[in-house]
Formats: sequence, structure tokens, C-alpha cells
Amino acid sequence: MELSTTLPVVWFFIIGFAIMMYVLLDGFVLGIGILTPFADDEAQQELMMNTAAPIWDGNETWLVMGGAGLMAAFPRAYATILSSLYLPILAMLIALIFRGVAFEFRFRAHTSRRIWGVAFHLGSVVAAFAQGLMLGAIVEGMPLEGGKYLHGTFAWFSPFSVLTGMALVFGYGLLGATWLVLKTEGRPQRIARDLTRPLMLAVIAFMLMVSAWLPFLDSRLMDRWFAWPNFLYLSPLPILTVVVAGWLWRAVLANREVAPFVLALGFFALGFLGLVAGMWPNIVPPTMSIWDAASPPSSQGFVLVGAVIMIPVVLFYTAYSYRVFRGKVRAGEGYH
Amino acid sequence: MTAEFLSRIQFGFVMSFHILFPAFTIGLASWLVFLEALWLRRRTDMLRDLYFFWLKVFAGSFGLGVVSGIVMSFQFGTNWAGLSTVAGNVLGPLLNYEVMTAFFLEATFLGVMLFGWNRVGHRTHFIATCMVALGTLISSFWILSANSWMQTPQGYTVVNGIIQASDWWAAIFNPSFPTRLVHMLLACFLSTALVIGGVSAWYLLRGIWQDKARLMLRCALVFVAIVIPLQIIVGDISGQVVREYQPAKLAAIEARWTTEHNVPLTLFAWPDDKAEKNDYAVDVPHLGSLILTHSWSGEVKGLKDFPVQDRPPVAAPFFSFRIMVGLGLLMLALSALGLLLWWRRRLFDSRWYLRCWMAMMPAGFIALLTGWYTAEIGRQPWVVYGVLRTIDAASAVPASSVLTSLIVYFVTYMTLFGFGSWYLLKVLRTGPDKAPARVGFGATAARPLAVVDDGGEE
Repeated sequence: MELSTTLPVVWFFIIGFAIMMYVLLDGFVLGIGILTPFADDEAQQELMMNTAAPIWDGNETWLVMGGAGLMAAFPRAYATILSSLYLPILAMLIALIFRGVAFEFRFRAHTSRRIWGVAFHLGSVVAAFAQGLMLGAIVEGMPLEGGKYLHGTFAWFSPFSVLTGMALVFGYGLLGATWLVLKTEGRPQRIARDLTRPLMLAVIAFMLMVSAWLPFLDSRLMDRWFAWPNFLYLSPLPILTVVVAGWLWRAVLANREVAPFVLALGFFALGFLGLVAGMWPNIVPPTMSIWDAASPPSSQGFVLVGAVIMIPVVLFYTAYSYRVFRGKVRAGEGYH
Repeated sequence: MTAEFLSRIQFGFVMSFHILFPAFTIGLASWLVFLEALWLRRRTDMLRDLYFFWLKVFAGSFGLGVVSGIVMSFQFGTNWAGLSTVAGNVLGPLLNYEVMTAFFLEATFLGVMLFGWNRVGHRTHFIATCMVALGTLISSFWILSANSWMQTPQGYTVVNGIIQASDWWAAIFNPSFPTRLVHMLLACFLSTALVIGGVSAWYLLRGIWQDKARLMLRCALVFVAIVIPLQIIVGDISGQVVREYQPAKLAAIEARWTTEHNVPLTLFAWPDDKAEKNDYAVDVPHLGSLILTHSWSGEVKGLKDFPVQDRPPVAAPFFSFRIMVGLGLLMLALSALGLLLWWRRRLFDSRWYLRCWMAMMPAGFIALLTGWYTAEIGRQPWVVYGVLRTIDAASAVPASSVLTSLIVYFVTYMTLFGFGSWYLLKVLRTGPDKAPARVGFGATAARPLAVVDDGGEE
């Protein structure tokens, strides 16, 4: 096989991996932000934030990895997607800015403490919604003409993308709730636990709605999913999703601490895969394939060497830092 | 106003804002390594207090650097789709290497550095500090390589209008990269040293934290005294590289209109683009040739040798370069005076001199920004020098979208800058207070209340 045929496939998976890492890891941090209004008081909010304070920065770096990876491996897709989604990206970036500085500023502030609590919450909600919206818009398809998005500045706004946007807010909320069950105890854990069940029901409902909608989208998703024998190959995905959902439900009912978080991650990863599996082999549906958008082997090969060495290293020290900060987080502990 | 013009303003604005924080954190990270290493050897309270004090400053500026940096990594796609399409094959891999080798390293070990004091051993904590500092240095390696490649592109071919890498070694170590990397790193260290010295001078003037301030001022003074002459030499070498590879930029920096030998140095002038001449010029004969070519009568190219559409604007590089050099000379004077006073044993009680340090606190950052303006505006009208014009690099987004984002960024960044400065001032005003005693080392969920004293450190 030619390098120019195989390398784009490898890179599709690397970038998919980076984005999934982002969605899972920053997903639960954004989820904390989505859930902070449910805390009884400011002290509990601070405790919730402190569970993520040492690790949020590394988690967010996966987003930069996805962006830079896309630019390196699929520069045309990077240019097209980002310039077409100009306004939702702006919304996401501004939201992430406020979410991020809230970690540091909230601790330094006295009179303006409340402002940064609100910034943390709103930033998380808006970033989650914008990310879901963009994911929906890409899956739905971005018809191009001469390298430009055909339907104009607001073409990303559709009922489907709004649905995926809302789905992601609830999905991140679920990840956040299970994380808090794992990392807190007493009253905050109780709050998180009570939120897990309704969130799970909402996420399942959203997943069903998105799945039911997919076949009616104006892209080639339908062929992908229902053409024989694809359906056979892809069938483990929905089956596994149902199994994991059932397992998660039981773990939540049994008041387990670790299992719900791990299963929620798995559940989420499967949902993400289900949503993007239909895109293959396009990186900008419905027409730009990974081979159309790929940078030449001289670029993809050069970065691949680094990725093969560095991604395991990064995963290793990420795991180390989670180990350092394992265990329950208590009030008063934490900030420098 | 076109989308391209607005995008340029936006890029200049968000970049100017962003660069201040990495510049400060590059310097601070190495300073923290120095402090913690010294503390590990001597174990004095003073050193630990100082470490934690600067760690607080570091955390704030690192946070602002991270969030404003994410904007940068998306901006190449949102606003500069033409650049990403044409040059993404080279720039993308360089930026991706930066993420993989630097960003993760910094971000992950930052957590250990900020929150791990009671959870890891002293040596491990020191390693975390070193990793963060190493991350900042690796990061500058890649980003300076990418930017220098845009200044002096090498190791590429153009296929169907798209740039492809042909020799990565040549692309990464392009001609202007080594000097520009060193120039930038020294600038970051100098900017930080000036802040450290300025803060110490402030404490000395107010009569608080005397011992700590004396130690810090001495460190800052010695550092500036050693590094500023080096920086001036590196700057001179950098100028030679510009003369060889970007002669139009050099002509703009010096406001030379005609190619001549025996070129004077124009200290001040009002360059007139239309008439292609300088008004109110203050010239020093021969000095231009001497500095730029290292010979009494060397030839310097003038702007008239270049077609009008290939010329950079003159006034901006001309003035920003002079501000940078002027500040550099002031730093030289500051350090020379300081050494003299130290020798006379009057360093800490010459109030006028301490006020000079306070006044010079922002000097490093201003020099750094004006240096970048010189480099980036002097590169115009090219974004990849000689290959891709800035006008062809912009995205095909409507101007109204860019105007919206520009306003949003402006309001957001001003808010952040306001609050950020306020919190920084609070930290500085509080000063290098007693650092938290090390309690509960190794305390995890399994071993709560395992309060361990700092045993023998005090």
C-alpha cells in the first residue's frame, strides 16, 4: 500500500483519539462547571472545582492537540472547518477562557468571588453547547464550493446541531456527576449522586433522538450505517452501547463510587464513535475525504514519528499526575 | 474595512496580549527552578517563602497564557485559512510537535507543582518544577522555529501552489531561527529579571521584606548585568541575518530609501512613504554602515530597490525598533550603575536608583513587544517571506464576523487584563509571606490527619 493511502487513515484515528480524549477528560471538568449551581453554598462549589484544579489544564491540552494535529495532517480540513464555524468557535474559545481563568481568579478574588463562580458555570455550559453544535454541524455535512462553506455564516445552525449541542451539555453533566461521586464524600457526593439518575435518563433520551435523526440527514450517513454488510460490522457499536448503559444504570443504583465514572466514560466514548463512524472516510462530509484533505507523506510521516513516541509518554505522565492526586478531595485542602 | 485588515488587527491584538504571559512564565519558570534548587541545598525558610511567592505570580500568568494561547491555535484556521492551506504542511507539524513535546509537559507538571507540595517528595516536586521550565523552553524552540520559517523559509518546494516540506532539518533550523530563538529567550529572561528587581526595589523603598528583597535585587542585578551585553550582541547578529535574508525589512527599520555606501545612522526621522524620503532626520555619519555591515563604508540597500508592492511599511518598524534598542541601552545603563553602587556599598539605600528599577519594571515587555512589531511588520507584505502574501492568507469569512470577534476579544481581554493585574498587584502587595508549612506529606484518603512536621528543614 502507498504511504499516501495509509497515512491519512492512521492520522484519522490519531486525531479521533485526541478529540475523544478531550471530550472525555475535559468533558468531566466542563461537567463540573455545568453542575456547580446545584451546590448548596460557595464552599461546596469550591470543593467541586478543587477536584479538577490540578488536572484540568492537561485535559484541555487535548483540544490543542486535536487542533494542531488537524492542521498538520489535514490542513485543508482544518482551514475549511475552522473558517466555516467561525462564530461557534469564537463562542467556545471565549467560554473556555472564562472557564479557565475562573480556576485561578476565583481563588484570588474576595468581593468578586461570585462573578468567577458564575463565569465558571456559564463558560462550561456555553463551551459544551458550542462543541456539541459544531460536532453536529460537521456530522450533518458542510457542503463546500471552492473551499468555502456553501450555506453562509450561519449554516451551522440547524435543529440537528442544536440537538447535539444540548445532548453534549447533558452528557458532560453526566460525566461531571460521576466524577464528583468518585472524588467527593458527604453532602457534595450526595448531590452528585442524586443528579446522576436524571442525567442518565436525559442522555439516553438524547442518544435515541440523535440516532433516530441520523438516517434523515442530508449526507451519506444513512448509506454508511444501513448498507449491507456495514450494518453487520457496525452492529457491535449500538449493542455495546446498550450493554454499557444497562451496566452503568445498575452501578448507579448500587451506589458504587468508581464504576459509574468509568462506565460513563465508556458509554460516552461509544456514543461519540457512533456519531462519527458514519463520517468515514470523509473528514468534512459530505464530499471532502481524508485523502483529499491530507498533507503529503513528508508532513504526515514526520509528525507520526513524534506522535508514536510522544503520545505514550504523555499518557504515562498524565496517568502519573492522576495517581498523585488520587483519593477524595476535602474542604480547605488544595489550592496553593 | 476588509476581513483581511480586521484579521490582521485581531491577530496583532490577541498575539500582543498572549505573548506577554508566555514571556513572563518562560522567565519565571527558570527563576523558580533556581530558587527551588537553592532551597534544596540550603533549606532556609527565606528561599522557600520566595519560591511560593513567585509560584503564585507564575500560576496567574500561566493561566492567562494558556487560555489566550488556545485562541492562537485556532486562529490560523478561523482567520488565516489561506495560510493554513498553503503553508499548513510545514507549520502544522511544527506546532503539533510543540503540543506533543511541550504543552502536555507544562500543563501536567504544573498541577504537581501547584498542588503537589504535600503529596510528593521534595525531589519529585523539584523535578516537576524542572519539567514545567523545560516545557516552556521546548515550546519556545518550536514556536520560534515556525515563526522564523515564515521569515526565512527553507527546505520546501511549491507544488500546485501548496508548500510541501522537502527537508525538515533545513526547515526547522532555517537561517534566522538560531539567533531569533536566543534573542527571544534572553528577552524573556531579561523581562522577568526586571520585574523581580523592580518588585524588590519597591519593597526596599517601603522598608518591608528587606532580606528577601536584597537577595532578589542582587540576583536580578547580576543577571541583567551579564545578559544585557549578550543580548545586544545577539541582536546585532540578528540584524546581520535580516540584512542577508530580508533586505527590505532592514531598509524599513533604518528608513533607508536609496542604496548607498557610507550610510549614516538615522537616530530620529519622520519617514514619508509617498515622497520616499525622511523629514527631520537626525543622522550620525558612517555609523549606519559601521553597525549594519561592520565596515566604515559598507553598502546598505534602500527601499527604492524594491517594487512598491513588495515594500513593508516604514514608520512602524522604524519607530518600534528604536524603542526596543533605546530600552536595551537603558537596561545596560541600569545594570552598570547598579554594579557601581554595589561596589560603593550603596546599592540598597540609594532611593533614586531603586526608583529607577521600579520605573524599568515594564521595560522588558515593551522592548519585547516592539521587537516583535519590528520583526512582523517588517516582514510585510509577506506572511511567508517571498512565497505567500498576507492578503492571500486570510480566510474568506465576512468582515462582519471578524469585526464581531475583534470586539469580543477586545472586551474579554481587557476584562481579563484588568482583573489579572488587580490580582497580581494583590499578590505583590502581600509580598513573600511565610510559605505554608509542609503538612501531611503522603496524606491520602487512606492516611488522613497524617500530619508530619517539616522535620529538620527549619
